[in-house]
Amino acid sequence: MTAKAKTPTERLDGLEEALREAFAGEGFDVVRSRGELNLTVPRDQVLAVMRRLRDAPEFRFDQCIDVCGVDYLHYGCSEWATGAASSSGFGRAAAREDASAGDGTRRFQAVYHLQSVATNTRLRVKAWLDAGEPIVDSVVDVWRSADWFEREAFDMVGILFAGHPDLRRILTDYGFIGHPFRKDFPLSGHVEMRYDPEQQRVVYEPVTVEPRTLVPRVIREDNRYQTGGDAASG
Amino acid sequence: MPEIRNYTLNFGPQHPAAHGVLRLVLELDGEVVVRADPHIGLLHRGTEKLAESKPYNQSIGYMDRLDYMSMLCNEHGYVMAIERLLGIEPPVRAQYIRVMYDEITRVLNHLLWLGTHALDVGAMTVFLYCFREREDLIDCYEAVSGSRMHATYYRPGGVYRDLPGKMPEYQPTQMRSAREAERRNEARKGSLLDFIEDFTSRFPGLVDEYETLLTDNRIWKQRTVGIGVVSPERALQLGFSGPMLRGSGFAWDLRKKQPYAVYDRVDFDIPVGRTGDSYDRYLVRIEEMRQSNRIIRQCVDWLRRNPGPVMVENHKIAPPRRVGMKEDMEALIHHFKLFTEGYCTPPGEVYAAVEAPKGEFGIYLVSDGANKPYRVKIRAPGFAHLAAMDEMARGHMIADVVAIIGSMDIVFGEIDR
Repeated sequence: MTAKAKTPTERLDGLEEALREAFAGEGFDVVRSRGELNLTVPRDQVLAVMRRLRDAPEFRFDQCIDVCGVDYLHYGCSEWATGAASSSGFGRAAAREDASAGDGTRRFQAVYHLQSVATNTRLRVKAWLDAGEPIVDSVVDVWRSADWFEREAFDMVGILFAGHPDLRRILTDYGFIGHPFRKDFPLSGHVEMRYDPEQQRVVYEPVTVEPRTLVPRVIREDNRYQTGGDAASG
Repeated sequence: MPEIRNYTLNFGPQHPAAHGVLRLVLELDGEVVVRADPHIGLLHRGTEKLAESKPYNQSIGYMDRLDYMSMLCNEHGYVMAIERLLGIEPPVRAQYIRVMYDEITRVLNHLLWLGTHALDVGAMTVFLYCFREREDLIDCYEAVSGSRMHATYYRPGGVYRDLPGKMPEYQPTQMRSAREAERRNEARKGSLLDFIEDFTSRFPGLVDEYETLLTDNRIWKQRTVGIGVVSPERALQLGFSGPMLRGSGFAWDLRKKQPYAVYDRVDFDIPVGRTGDSYDRYLVRIEEMRQSNRIIRQCVDWLRRNPGPVMVENHKIAPPRRVGMKEDMEALIHHFKLFTEGYCTPPGEVYAAVEAPKGEFGIYLVSDGANKPYRVKIRAPGFAHLAAMDEMARGHMIADVVAIIGSMDIVFGEIDR
């Protein structure tokens, strides 16, 4: 099953065309950037699309390489406004209001990375989920490997996968509360743990760590990247 | 008559054969595994979240600590993702150095895997042999980066510095006589490349040595042949990659199929298994060591003949030279900005995958144009492999669970992240 001596670009061209043809409806979007193909899918159609991507002869995505959740709450937020002089110095870098993107319908994204061993191509499938009910259909029945990946996305970002056979937490502690990779979850967490010699057991307490920012997050307007990022190679 | 019921056994998290901190809840019917439920996360450090709170370059060191047995391969995936985001290409010499060190890393990883796997199954000697060779390769790490394990050697745009012209030598101590030191220093008289070349000429014979201990060993075969069989269809379904996928019969190797760095310019073969059992995976990895040795040799030859820069000259991304900073204001500003703020990447997302010794190691990077990544997702090969534990162990005896864990080559640093 070799890929018939096509160059990677040709393979990608063919796939892009097939994707545009197959998924042309409302809410679908095919974007090609940096040599990678992205397919955006409305969330109620994720399962049907995935089945088609696996079974249709023009796609044959036989492997689900990765599933992850992304929280877009602070996307594009800079911690460092260099417009005006600072009176409070570094301290303000840590303060940040939640500039949530609009009405919260585009807060989370479930991102699937698919690979076809048969045709040697890759595809990224994305589905937007809202802040209130981030639920999407599970693809465990399509690819068994999605099992743990979905459990992880649930544990870390709090995306719910409808129809998952065993949606337990996977990486965090037994009895953990919250979803640590959400952007409103502090880096230092909410609780800390220590051994209490009097009670002779491990106890949880609120964290005593002060959150601080060593290097503030800045977004620079860089005209080298306005044209697409090729100028940087010079 | 007493009621017969299944027995639930807790394996780990401090079991010596569990390769780290795996807690495995095994449901047994007599000695036969009915269900295996791995509980992971005991080594979870939140690497991805930490990386989101730091400028790009400060997270390179975290990548070493993911799969702490294949340090530089992880770094390669991470810096490649940043390079794709920035649209830069490292100099060819840097790419050859990366390929050489990736293969050294692969040999390091496979040696550790072989030693511990054999130890789990009951062969003590192999472990000692493997660690003898690991020492030499770790010295190569040390010579180039100053660190024996967590090298932090790759950078977006190249590698931190060129290969050293001199190999560090042993000194006589109370524990080591002058004659012993002299014997060990024999291969270290020349440059790092001389030392690596000497190693590549010795290494195939050493692999033969491991094979004499295992390949035709009756006990080894009894413990591995037909254990943990994964059919090709299931291997795809379960998201396998690397030696696990090749053991099931797919000639799938990202170094060949989706070549990165200079893998399309070096000559090597992909070993493939037939039955998909633990023994085939063993054979695949043994052959991979030989192939890695070939690649290392080719890189040594190329690097000898082609001196050149190992880092891009773009000082928005790579720091300027020390000498230049003494008199050039521009260089000083670049240095200051780079080390206080870092560099901003153009907004967008990218997925970069490398063929790490354990399989496909991928970095999914989302950038919103800031000096820190917006989201980093690490795709660890071992995560998908361990997820298949239940399916692979079901119906096997409890002693085989250890052989299956061994043949998966799992390391908890990358699974728990």
